[in-house]
Amino acid sequence: MNNSPYFLQPASVQSVMLRVLLALLPGIAIYVWFFGAAVLVQIALASVTALAAEAAMLKARGKPLLMFLGDGSALVTAWLIALTFPPIAPWWLTVIGVLTAIVIAKHLYGGLGQNPFNPAMVAFALMIVAYPSLMSQWPAVGFTDFLPQWNAIFGTRQLDAITMATPLDALRTALHTADARATVAGVLGNDATFGNIGGKGWEWVAAGYFLGGIYLLQQRIITWHMPAAFLATLFLISGGFALYDPTRFVGPSFHLFTGGAMLGAFFIVTDPVSGCTTPRGKLIFAAGIALLTWVIRTFGAYPDGIAFAVLLMNIAAPLIDMYTQPPVFGHKNKRGGPP
Amino acid sequence: MSALQRLFGFHGGVKPAYHKEASTTAPIAVAPTPTRLVIPLHQSIGGPPRPLVKPGERVLKGQRIGSADGNVSSAVHASTSGTVVAVEMCLMPHTSGLSALCVVIEPDGRDEWIALQAFDYRAATPTQTRDYLRDAGVVGLGGAVFPTYLKLNAGKQGKLETLVLNGAECEPFITCDDVLMRERADAILRGAVIMREMLAAGQVLVGIEDNKPEAVAAMEAAARAVNAASGDDAIRVVAVPTRYPAGGAKQLIRVLTGIEVPHGERSTDYGVQCFNVGTAYAIHEAIELGQPLISRIVTVAGNVGHARNYQVLFGTPMKDLIALCAPLPDSDRVIMGGPMMGFLMPADQVPVVKATNCVLVGSKKLFPPPPPEMPCIRCGECAKVCPADLQPFEMYWFSRARIFGKAQEYNLFDCIECGCCAYVCPSRIPLVDYYRFAKSEIWTREVEKEAADEARERYEFRLLREEREKQEKAAKLAAKTAAGREKAAAAVAEAQKPAVTPEEDAKKALIAAALERVKTQKELVHPENTVDLTPEQQAEVAAIEARRAEIREMAKPHLRQDD
Ligand code: SF4
Ligand code: SF4
Repeated sequence: MNNSPYFLQPASVQSVMLRVLLALLPGIAIYVWFFGAAVLVQIALASVTALAAEAAMLKARGKPLLMFLGDGSALVTAWLIALTFPPIAPWWLTVIGVLTAIVIAKHLYGGLGQNPFNPAMVAFALMIVAYPSLMSQWPAVGFTDFLPQWNAIFGTRQLDAITMATPLDALRTALHTADARATVAGVLGNDATFGNIGGKGWEWVAAGYFLGGIYLLQQRIITWHMPAAFLATLFLISGGFALYDPTRFVGPSFHLFTGGAMLGAFFIVTDPVSGCTTPRGKLIFAAGIALLTWVIRTFGAYPDGIAFAVLLMNIAAPLIDMYTQPPVFGHKNKRGGPP
Repeated sequence: MSALQRLFGFHGGVKPAYHKEASTTAPIAVAPTPTRLVIPLHQSIGGPPRPLVKPGERVLKGQRIGSADGNVSSAVHASTSGTVVAVEMCLMPHTSGLSALCVVIEPDGRDEWIALQAFDYRAATPTQTRDYLRDAGVVGLGGAVFPTYLKLNAGKQGKLETLVLNGAECEPFITCDDVLMRERADAILRGAVIMREMLAAGQVLVGIEDNKPEAVAAMEAAARAVNAASGDDAIRVVAVPTRYPAGGAKQLIRVLTGIEVPHGERSTDYGVQCFNVGTAYAIHEAIELGQPLISRIVTVAGNVGHARNYQVLFGTPMKDLIALCAPLPDSDRVIMGGPMMGFLMPADQVPVVKATNCVLVGSKKLFPPPPPEMPCIRCGECAKVCPADLQPFEMYWFSRARIFGKAQEYNLFDCIECGCCAYVCPSRIPLVDYYRFAKSEIWTREVEKEAADEARERYEFRLLREEREKQEKAAKLAAKTAAGREKAAAAVAEAQKPAVTPEEDAKKALIAAALERVKTQKELVHPENTVDLTPEQQAEVAAIEARRAEIREMAKPHLRQDD
């Protein structure tokens, strides 16, 4: 016997999560095209680890296994980790990363829906602090031979031939550590791997994520607020500084199409559990992440700043929500404020 | 006409499958008089009416059998002529399975009316007209059953800008207003004209969802006739976009006028008042035909072979009504109202009452049991669809954790329980159950607090009385010893003494001051949101009170403290 409403719209956490995974596929396909199949190995590895960890944690917490294991949320976390970690990272790095995300960042905080921090970003941040060099070795674009990649993941690592820094990393390193006369144009023009916009190959992967993001918007799984605020802020701030000093600051097209920007805009920043929920809060939250991302990318020591930016804003999210409550029906004239 | 009207949106809303066609193919039929009518005395919001008849008495159709009691109350009448066989507790059309006082009538089959006489409202004062409508038992027929006479008050300014007629009928399955508008548009507008005069309303806007083109056309034709006769273009029929809950009074007012009436405030103060089209029809019947409210149109739909609308006498068992519509064998429940806000009936023999706009027959197939509840993932879907602009997941969170103060801060009491949030929630959380639970808990606490305050007041008064008695005793004693000496003097003084001695005066003042203190204290500790209640809210309190125990039961399974 239930109470009204007696019929419900057919929707479930599972279907939401599955559509998120579906939306990642175009980006993944392009990824494989440019950087080889290693990423698929990582996805499989991360998925298996995540499901096993999820099952173990559910069992330990006495939760119904099938219902939660099938919800798909662990898979989304696993895929995001696989896509943000270097595809030729050793297998144990990915496994530890996923375990960190599922066991610590998710279940120790109470499981699905309770985690204050984005689990995938917790994993990324911890791993990049613990293993900075391993987290910075990316396959060279176009070098798609599977065997050396497989070896890099599971066996003897002979990496020099196949790795390089990401464009973002390369640019940052060049600008920071090379001689003081290095300029953005000089660095970018130096190397064919920087491609046209955000780094050869990277720009296409970003386009793939963008496509998936549009699908999520069309499916109304995410709202426009966060991607728009994130991309617009990143565009404005990088554009502003590039105008101010184009020799030291790289322009917006590079920022938007390199590293995790597109993945972040549509798939990471938009994580509902750890982010803001009010419309205005979402704008502030995503804009804050973009700002921090740019700062960390430009002045920080790590190749990409999205993970740290997300975690920092996760801390602020409840407060932002509290101060951005939309006016309730009929209360529009009354003064807003924290409830 | 409708093209000229500027429309406003309201936030949120959902578009469930409407299932309205089945019951609109045939015209309204008159449901046969059952062998026994069970007429509950309490059919409206407010105080339960007092019974006016005794077992054995013969009653006529339209005879008053329960009289309005108190400021907010509405009379009840015999739906047909016959004999009162009992005035007893019977099962109510209410999820809780509560019983209440009912008048049981055995019809004599003659269907004999009382002497019918139209009411000349133009010759009467507004108060007289309102009293007449109260005694005619006219209440809001959209489902809220708020006594109509209380709303027919023009308020401070003595006039109203807009009278809204609600024909939106946004709940799935329900079509009683639709067919009423198609078939009796003229009568509805005659009622509307009366209401307009009573409220001195500038314009009348009839809001109808645009999925009812026949009703819109019929009402437009009727409105043209009325407008032509009156010479002003006061009545306008407006097709509003179909989106649940466009038929919520506040939502419809917003769509038609752009005015948002905040929770707990009178719409009259915002220059607008909203009535259901069925209510307008009932006013026409009461005033122009002299017929009190004894029947209404009821949609029978859902898991039945022949869904249809019937004119049903109040007190008719739902079972009889369903039997007319060929219910399918797998039917397993009866719901009063629609699938979004309706109430599960405790049994199918409960009577049709004024609130019964729809008898919805359900089955496992039609309304499958909800899948197991998952944790909230804060996806915000619920907030996107909430027509009250609330943050349902926050209210859910605090209701579940029993932090009711916080739930209230998130405006729990602005929730209209429309069910949109639960309808879209991907975690299948029965959100509305949590809100009902939280609301009832909050009311309980406030009622308990009031009871405690009263007890304290009584206690303080007793202390005061004892003190006074002691003083009086002492005074008497003193008087006795001095009696002999002062007898003569006392007799003289007595003759000159005012009726109340100064010290008695002082005592009285003392008591009054103490009472005053107690009262202000009580007001101080009184929770903010129960101060200055409108009659509507008081009625709401009463209704919520009644639902309290039931809701607790319902909410129990959800409230395991598992995390
Ligand atoms: S729709 Fe359900 S899961 Fe989503 S935020 Fe609302 S309550 Fe939580
Ligand atoms: S039931 Fe209440 S909280 Fe839910 S959508 Fe309706 S008004 Fe909003």
